[in-house]
Amino acid sequence: MSVAAAVPEEATRRRSVWSLLTSTGPVGMAAAAVIAVATFVAVFGSLLAPYDPDLSNLSLSWVAPTGGHLLGFDGQGRDLLSRLLAGARTSMLGPLGVVVICMVAGTLLAVTAAWRRGAVDAAISSGLDIMFAFPGILLAVLAATVFGAGLLAAAVALAIAYTPYVARVLRGAALKERSQQYVAALEVQGVSATSICMRHLVPNMMPLIVAQSTILFGYAMVDLAAISFLGLGVQPPAPDWGVMISENQSGIVQGYPLSALLPGLCIVLVVVAFNVLGERLFEQAQAARQ
Amino acid sequence: MLLVSLFVASFVIFGAMYLAPGNPIAALSGGRSLPPQSVHILELRYHLNAPFLEQYWLWLKNVLHGNLGVSIILQENVSTLIASRIWTTAGLVLYASIIILVVGIGLGVLSGLRHGALDTSTLVVTAVSAAIPSFVAAIVLILLFAVKLGWFPALGNGTSFLSNVHHFTLPAFALAVSSLAIVARVTRASVREEAAREHVQTAVSRGIPTRQVVWRHVIRNAAIPVTTISGITIASLIAIAAVVEVAFSLNGLGAYLVASAESKDLAVVQGISLVLVTAFVVVNVLVDILYAVLDPRVSLGGRAQ
Repeated sequence: MSVAAAVPEEATRRRSVWSLLTSTGPVGMAAAAVIAVATFVAVFGSLLAPYDPDLSNLSLSWVAPTGGHLLGFDGQGRDLLSRLLAGARTSMLGPLGVVVICMVAGTLLAVTAAWRRGAVDAAISSGLDIMFAFPGILLAVLAATVFGAGLLAAAVALAIAYTPYVARVLRGAALKERSQQYVAALEVQGVSATSICMRHLVPNMMPLIVAQSTILFGYAMVDLAAISFLGLGVQPPAPDWGVMISENQSGIVQGYPLSALLPGLCIVLVVVAFNVLGERLFEQAQAARQ
Repeated sequence: MLLVSLFVASFVIFGAMYLAPGNPIAALSGGRSLPPQSVHILELRYHLNAPFLEQYWLWLKNVLHGNLGVSIILQENVSTLIASRIWTTAGLVLYASIIILVVGIGLGVLSGLRHGALDTSTLVVTAVSAAIPSFVAAIVLILLFAVKLGWFPALGNGTSFLSNVHHFTLPAFALAVSSLAIVARVTRASVREEAAREHVQTAVSRGIPTRQVVWRHVIRNAAIPVTTISGITIASLIAIAAVVEVAFSLNGLGAYLVASAESKDLAVVQGISLVLVTAFVVVNVLVDILYAVLDPRVSLGGRAQ
């Protein structure tokens, strides 16, 4: 194959975001719609909230839904709907941070390992293997002890714990991409390594990166909510879905389950959406690579 | 490799006290102001005047002798504090593992062998339950089985073995739910894949009884990916147990870890982290050994691809 013919061949494999979404079928589209709604609420939630999410009135604690308050009040007499809407922000922002850190670090490590091969690859790979021994939640608890409880420490700790998983999958893809003819063709043309990686290798790995990010978002959301539930993440009284479950857990036994169940439902709904869409995107990415 | 992981993990756990803002004394005391003689005791205990690597080495030697330090809050040996709580966590994880293996693999095999309504409903149910975090499962289980039906207690440990099993049932299911769904899905997929293989169809066409075909040719071959995913999920329970213990007010290692993190009792956090990481590594070693038993082609010491 001539050098000139090899280069345009790779371009045909790239697809638009929209065609990628429609290819996931009606279930995938529905999942994407749920994610879109959750993202919208995360951005505009505090503006949509009908009442002040932090305004507490203890005489209204556990009061059932009434006219102006669609979902009633939580254990401290705060409007539940407003807290759910406002709580979407930290509940979505945390996982987003984890995914961004993880993907940047994972892609950098994977591409470096695949490009340099040999000793560099061996060093990165065994470094990643060693990091597997540290469960994410444990690292987050350690970080909370040392740096104090908070969303930032928890998110960074989780990102560090997830990176080996991401980098391992991406390294496989990067190695395969590295061995393609178009890469050799570009190298012969004298294009620099950085430019080949940034302009060709990484864009061609994009479907897999997007699929991985989507699945990872679900995991990060569950773990961050768990850390906030434990009291080591987002700090009360800030509204966050994980915090709300822990604040209102006593209502379960007292016969007022709504305030703890609804944030739980929100988490499950968003995580199912991310898992379903991620799985479909992953299948698409695998199929496209065959 | 796993020993190296353990070594690095212990280094991270020890080094954590140097990452904290301020000096190691501040990290160890959790920012409390201590009388000079207490500071002196801490300096002696952690050899804070020695070079960093020597401190780590002396600390590691103590750890290997079972001396995990002293809790700054309770003024008791961390090893003693851990020993009194470890069985709650171990029992909980074991109970959840049994549920995952029996229900998860059973459901996966059933739905893998049969097409139709059972299969479809298993797929939908597991897709949703895989996304249920353990603490959400916990509040739903407490609501249904403790508050509404009153079958199980909502909170706390039991006093005898049987009452412990009774107390641990809801926590174990809360811990197992999402892993169970993942194991069931992977089992289903690998049973489906093996059942479609040519050698299985040949065996069926030769009139070998279905039971024998399923056990010898389908399940045995499907066992490898199932072992992998079961190993990963069960190992991950060790850390997630903390969440369930807090949700059910169980007096286990995880709940104590969280309480110590809140009260900044670093020695306890370090001790429990070490125990949990070790348990995590041991489970992974056991899974590797199991591979060699299941598949004679796998030799111990070689790296899994």
